[in-house]
Order: sequence, then C-alpha cells, then structure tokens
Amino acid sequence: MSVDTADSGRNGVFTPFNLISGAILLGGAIILTIRFTTGLASTTNLSDTNPWGLWIGFDVMAGVALAAGGFVISSAVFLFGMKEYQSVVRPALLTGFLGYSLVVIGLLADLGRPWRLPYPFIKQAGPTSPLFEVSLCVALYLTVLFIETTPAIFEWLGLKWWRRLVAQLTIVLTIFGLILSTMHQSTLGAMFMVTPTKLHPLWYSPHIPVQFFISAIAAGISMIIVEGWFSHRVFHHQVQISDDQFHDINFGLAKGGAVVLVTYLAVKVVALSLENEWRLLATGWGAWYLVELIGFVVAPCILFAVAYRERRLGLARMAAAMTVLGVILNRFNATFIAFNWQVPHEMRYVPAWTEVWVTVSLITFAVVVFRWIANRMPIMYEHPDYPALH
Amino acid sequence: MSMSRRGFVGSLAVGAGAFSSGAADAGTIEHFEGYPDRYGLLHDTTLCVGCRSCEVACAEVNALPKPRQPVGDLDVFETVRRTRATAFTVVNRYQDGDDGNPPVYRKLQCMHCNEPCCAAVCLVHAFTKTPEGPVLYDPEVCIGCRYCIMACPYYALSYEYDNPIDPQVMRCTMCYPRIKEGLNPGCADACPAGAITFGRREDLLKVARDRIRKFPERYINHVFGEYEFGGTSWLMLAGVPFRELDLHEGVTHESLPAIGTSYLSVVPLIVTIYPGLLAAFYAFTKRKDKLAKRELEAALAEARTRGEEEMKAKLSNAAERAKKDKEKAVEVAVRKALAEQGEGGPS
Repeated sequence: MSVDTADSGRNGVFTPFNLISGAILLGGAIILTIRFTTGLASTTNLSDTNPWGLWIGFDVMAGVALAAGGFVISSAVFLFGMKEYQSVVRPALLTGFLGYSLVVIGLLADLGRPWRLPYPFIKQAGPTSPLFEVSLCVALYLTVLFIETTPAIFEWLGLKWWRRLVAQLTIVLTIFGLILSTMHQSTLGAMFMVTPTKLHPLWYSPHIPVQFFISAIAAGISMIIVEGWFSHRVFHHQVQISDDQFHDINFGLAKGGAVVLVTYLAVKVVALSLENEWRLLATGWGAWYLVELIGFVVAPCILFAVAYRERRLGLARMAAAMTVLGVILNRFNATFIAFNWQVPHEMRYVPAWTEVWVTVSLITFAVVVFRWIANRMPIMYEHPDYPALH
Repeated sequence: MSMSRRGFVGSLAVGAGAFSSGAADAGTIEHFEGYPDRYGLLHDTTLCVGCRSCEVACAEVNALPKPRQPVGDLDVFETVRRTRATAFTVVNRYQDGDDGNPPVYRKLQCMHCNEPCCAAVCLVHAFTKTPEGPVLYDPEVCIGCRYCIMACPYYALSYEYDNPIDPQVMRCTMCYPRIKEGLNPGCADACPAGAITFGRREDLLKVARDRIRKFPERYINHVFGEYEFGGTSWLMLAGVPFRELDLHEGVTHESLPAIGTSYLSVVPLIVTIYPGLLAAFYAFTKRKDKLAKRELEAALAEARTRGEEEMKAKLSNAAERAKKDKEKAVEVAVRKALAEQGEGGPS
C-alpha cells in the first residue's frame, strides 16, 4: 500500500512535509521576532515613498480576493439552489476562514502598532476612511466564516444541539456573508481611488471597486478548483463523491470562471474606453498592462471555456492557476508595481527576501492548519450522523 | 468639512439621529470655502537661493537631528531628496543653472491641504485640519497602517520604520505651537532671501497675484496650491512650469477625499438592497423547486388515476368477458344436458 501524505502525518513527526513546513515556519517566526524587536526597517524594504509592500499587496489585498471562494460557493448552493456543489462548500468555507485569518495575521505583522488593531472600534472611529469600512467588514465576515465552519467542529465533537442551531442560521449567514463580501471586496479597490497621481492611469479607474469585486469572484472560483486539485489527491480516501461528480463540479466551476472572466474583461475595457486610455497601451506600462489582461484574464478565460466544452480537467486547473496568479498580479500592480510608477528607479520598491519568507510562512501555516483540520473533521465528506442541510 | 458628510458607515452605526442630520448634510450643494483667516505660507521659488537655512531652522525648532549634509555642501543637490522621519523639510534643485538660467530650488514639506486626504483616509481619524490652517496628527490613536502616507499626493509624510514600540507618522506641523504663541514658523523666520512668507492665506494669495502682475516676465501665471486638489496652505510661485518641479500641474480643483471616498456612499445601498434582492433570489429558486415538485405530483396523480381507470376498464372488460364466458359455458352445458336428456329420455 502506498503511503499518501495525509496518512504519513499521523505515522510520524519527522515526515518530509513536516520537516519542510517546520523549517519554513521556524524561519518566519525568527524574522517576525526581529521585526517586532527592531522595527519594520530591519525586515522589510518599506520606505516613506513605498509604505505598502508585499505584506499588504499579497497578505491583505490578494489574500482577501483568494479567500472569496467561501462566499461565492455558499451563495451558489444555499441561495441560488445549485445543490450539486454542496460537497465543495465546506472546503471552500474552511479555505475562506483560514484565508481571512491569514489576512489578519499578515496585517498584524505590517501594522506599526498592531496591538491597537481594535482602536477604530473602541477608541476613535474614522468613518470617512474606506479602510474603516474594510476593517469593520473583515472583522464581521471573519466571524461569519468562523460560524459557518463550526458545523464541522460540532459534528467532530458530537455537539448535536449546537450543530442544529448553526444549521438553522445557514441562509441568514450566507446572505450576511454575501453582503459583507460585496462591501469589502469592492472597497479594497476603492482604497486606491484617492491616489490618481500615484497609481498608473491604466490601473486607476473610478470603476476600480467593481473591478476588484468581479476579479475576486474569479479568484474565489479558481481557488476552489486549485484547492480541490490538491485535496482530492491528499484526502482521496475521505472523498465520498464519485470521480464523475468531482469532474462535473470542476467543469461547472470552469464554466462559471469563463463567464466571470469575460465580465471582468468587459468591465476593464469599459474603463479603458470611458477614460480613453487606449493610447497608453502603446507605452511600456501598456505592454505590462496587456501582459496582465491578455496573459492572465483573456487566456484563462478561453482555457476555461475549452475545458468546459471538451471536459478536460487539466485545462480547467491550468486556467484556475493562471486566474489566481493574475489576481495576485493585479493586486501587486495596484499596491506597488504600477503604484508610484513615476518615482525614480532607485526609489522603487522590491520586496526583501525576509518579506517573501514571512508571506511563504503564512501560506505554509494555512496549509498545515487546513491539513490538520481536514484530517480530523468532516470537511471532505459528510458526517454519517448528519445528512446534508438541504 | 465636506468629507464629514461622507461618513455614511459611521452615521449608520450611530443610528437614526445621526442619519437625519447626515441626510440633510448629504443633500447639500453648498460649498465649504475653508476656515476663514487661516494661515498659510508662500514659497517664492524665484527668490530661493538653495541655502537650506530653512532645513537647519526646521530641525532646531522640531528638536530633530541636524541635516545630514552640512549647509554649503553643494553635492547635496546632485540627488533628489525627500522628507524623512528626521527631516520635515528638504530643498531640492530642479534646474542646475548650467544653461544660463538661474538654478531653480523648491522646498518640500507637508502642504497642509485645505481638505487633507491623509485625514479622510485615516481609520482612526488621527488627523485634524485646525481652523488656523495646520493639519495636526495625533499619535495616541494611530495604529500604524500608513494609508495616509499612501494617500498623500505630495509624498510629504514619513514613518519611523526603525521604531518597534511607538512608531509615528512624521511631518511638518506648520509650527502649530509657534503659531499659537504668535510666532512665525521656523523656516519663514530663517529664510535670508525672503523666499518664504507667512501670513493669512487670503493675504498671501493677494501678494502672489501682485508679484505676478508686477513681474510677468519673472513668473509663470499660476499660483500653485490655490486650487490643486482643493488647495493647500502652502502656496508656490515659480518661473518655470510646476511640472518641472515634480508637481502635478493642472490637476482637478476637486479635493482627493471628494474624488476618492465617493464610493463609500454606495456601500449603504448594498446593505439596504441586498437582503431583499437575495431573499427574492432565494424565493425564486424555492418557488421553482416547489412548482417542479407540484408538477411532478400532478403528473403522478394523473398517471395514477389514468392507471386506475384503465385498470377498472380492464377489470370490467375481463368481468364482462368472464360473465359472457360463464353464460356461454352455462348455455353449452344446458344444451348438452338437454341433448343428453333427449337421447336417453323417455320417448
């Protein structure tokens, strides 16, 4: 019998997976210790000109978008009656919950005085700030995601009464989650509306909130495909649905991905036309913009469509991975690549290796926790004592 | 201030009372001209000789370390510098004067905007525009997100990145404590060339326009800071286009908060419209399911009744046939019996 990764976790402590992830996490812990004892300057390349770097660009901006799968799939299943996706709701919600937890941890590393995180709510509110709205929504949505994850915990612990209570809240929680997600996913984009002179005009747009929201949906759908790609292999012994059902789910998601990406492309083109920025496409920044738009929006969109028509799982996964990378690239552009585009070369921001290490540590941490939970709680399968909610 | 009417999330949070006043506010088309009699500073770049006395005075007044490069060290102008956590103002040279024209210097510092973007985007409201003109920062509430530094269009804010305990956003305060004492800001007092004038902003605008009128060949006909992004406390005169001084010339007169935080007014609509809209979607899917179920039941019922009728018909047919068969059999039997009787009967 072949030893798969999920089992090896229980067979011993010194497995390759544990050793590698342990080394990454240890390194991250050391770097964060240095950061909290000597300040941000020692571990980041942040500067007065570039106050936001990788920790905001990836951990917060991209992290929130990539964790959108939870609200997308729970809305589809519970509000729009697409029950065939029921089996991916729990992994998507867990991914979402862990994703948002990472956003908060990443933010704590980046804030100058992280212990003051609750200040906007307990000390002094700044309701004119888009960031105030984002923090309020993220705080509430993290709570919603946690409650939405608890059925698995209650089933694991055998707390039937609690499990039934949360099941009754499903619709309310789903609607609340969709409202909060629409709000903060778009407002994260709105945060850049105050920087018309700093963000390159190809990326700056009055429509940037809508662009952020739609691309977050694409990222969420793609992350479900990517997450299923790995967990279907790692947790194969737990998966109850047939391979046919699993394929149908992936091709349904691929179709959804194609539609969302086509919508996103249309929204981007509308912005270009409204602001009449076509001539900028002929510049160097225009070429970089086209790399993002054609390489990571148009191309995965076509791949998704072909994957759906010809039922090719490999293509769907490739398109999903490209979409995820594209959304990350878009958030990087907004935060530090196309941002400060007029600043002299020597004052531009490039992440320090320590920043990259901490970000990789956070992702590793999420994978380890996901694995720990999925190995114990009914995430990949339905608990025999608790049939489907609907 | 006009940005305060954009605090929709906040007004939702405090409830109906705030909502009514907020609504009245949001409906207004009145324009806030800014606090009357507020102070400002005029920097006439055509008078600036690049002596950096202002840098030295600023450091002294604010108890900051002396400028890294001593005054008189002309190498300092070889690179474009920006303000730092330990230097609230720096003077840069933008034209070196090799082409026969005099060199052009510009002093950089916080512009003290009329409608400061740093204040609008701060999630703990750490910045305040004072009636006197300076924009003040309160380190007691700052959480260190640095959104203000991102938002500032003049790259005027700095941060103490090397402080792990209580890092602060650092910037020019327009010497607010000195103004309160009736003194001039440190840089204005120190300038030996008369390139920095302190006074009421309205008066400074008159001074600036007077100079342009009297010396049209010396100045370009534009006072930078009068209207740019809603206007600033610092005003500038120059003999060269401002874009050559790394400034965004000809930008909109609308303030950055007005441009950039307008989206927040959409947010309450999401909260108000989504529940009903989503409940409707949910009802649609439920209704579709219900209709489908009802149709299925009707079809089943019909099939059942039709089946029953058919069965009944079949049964009655069969019964009739059986009856007929029976009658026939009886008839046959009777006939047979009669025949037998006829054969063997008495004759």
